[in-house]
Amino acid sequence: MREIDARKIREAVTELCLKANFELRKDVLKALKAALSKETNARAKNIIKVVIENAKLAKRKRLAICQDTGLVSISLEMGNEVMIKGDLEDALHKGVEDAYRKGYLRKSIVSDPLVRKNTNTNTPCIFTFNLVKGDRLKIAVSPKGFGSENKSAIKMLKPTAGEKEIIDFVLEAVKKAGADACPPFVLGVGIGGTFDYAAGLSKKALLRPIEAKSTKKHFRKLETDILKAVNALNIGPMGLGGKTTALGVNVEEFPTHIAGLPVAVSVSCHATRGAEKII
Amino acid sequence: MINITTPLTEDVRKKLKAGEEVLLTGTILTARDAAHKRLCELLKKGKPLPLNLKDAVIYYCGPTPARPGRAIGSCGPTTSSRMDSFTPQLIDLGLAGMIGKGGRSSEVVDAMKKRKCVYFLATGGVGALLSTKVRSCKAVLFNDLGPEAVHKLEVKDFPLLVGIDTKGHNIYESGRKKK
Repeated sequence: MREIDARKIREAVTELCLKANFELRKDVLKALKAALSKETNARAKNIIKVVIENAKLAKRKRLAICQDTGLVSISLEMGNEVMIKGDLEDALHKGVEDAYRKGYLRKSIVSDPLVRKNTNTNTPCIFTFNLVKGDRLKIAVSPKGFGSENKSAIKMLKPTAGEKEIIDFVLEAVKKAGADACPPFVLGVGIGGTFDYAAGLSKKALLRPIEAKSTKKHFRKLETDILKAVNALNIGPMGLGGKTTALGVNVEEFPTHIAGLPVAVSVSCHATRGAEKII
Repeated sequence: MINITTPLTEDVRKKLKAGEEVLLTGTILTARDAAHKRLCELLKKGKPLPLNLKDAVIYYCGPTPARPGRAIGSCGPTTSSRMDSFTPQLIDLGLAGMIGKGGRSSEVVDAMKKRKCVYFLATGGVGALLSTKVRSCKAVLFNDLGPEAVHKLEVKDFPLLVGIDTKGHNIYESGRKKK
């Protein structure tokens, strides 16, 4: 067994929250630059330039890329030979709280969805926990804004539905997201599992670098087909037209039931943020 | 590029056309969901608003806190449509302009046309860059709401696009047609 002190996890979470909010993901920046060279609409090109300039300024001055510094989701992959010394859950929340105080990040969490009183700490965070083989702990932090989160969608398709119905549903979600959710988007699509599991898969898909395609050939094709269809919508950066409506589409899939085909779409904005570390 | 200042008077508003780029200088007020809800609750009770909205501009924004030595943290726009159900009441009180991102409801556009109000777009997700156009920021109302409090911002050459003009012309309808 390998022992990891919860204090070390708290520090790592803080470091990752700060990094995610100040430094745009390398793959997202790369995709923006690629989109800039392909885009032909003048206004769209200008917006992409401004987005890239903003990312540079945020990194240099340690300013939040976007004022919506999000609700923090933490994905933990813990090796079965790891033993945590101390309170893991407490370490995660405290790590987030430290980052949002020290980094001058916005506290956007209300303690109760109806009473709506700000907790002033940006906690609680949300975390998922998976056991894997080995003696390491992987921590992936993604602070996601709600401009795009509000536009995420899920649908229980018929088992006899196929790629076309999946693409149509993604297009429907993207059209509804439109200008509101800060395109160009990164789209995470979860296919299979159950109602809740498909949503989780769509979030997992967002954690994957844009250029890392699905390991399965037919899902790689689906990713390409969805991207092509989305970029033909002419929504464009900030919804003002152009061929850059999405920077990338990642699909994650899982076995499912004979009676169903759950499909979830996580819409994420051009400021798709995240940072990870292995302890 | 057109330079405009606050208070945003009707003669200036009427000249602005959807799709035009403007630089705004002057005082603007931030207000988002919770502040809108409270303002409209006051109106419902027949109470006067603690804000003068005549010729004023509201920015749908909840900024991050300022680092020492800076006027404000990141301060980009939030989704405007969430404010749609509250907006016509504020326009009736003389609200001159709104800044946000995304489209608006037909009820909002109708109220805008009637009262000659303008809806501006700020680029979403570039809050760090927009913070360089803000000279000062002070919470002035509903301070208990934290980032959702009403803040008074002094801005200089704040870059905007006219999204919907006083005649109801909409950039989302005209803009996308141009390739």
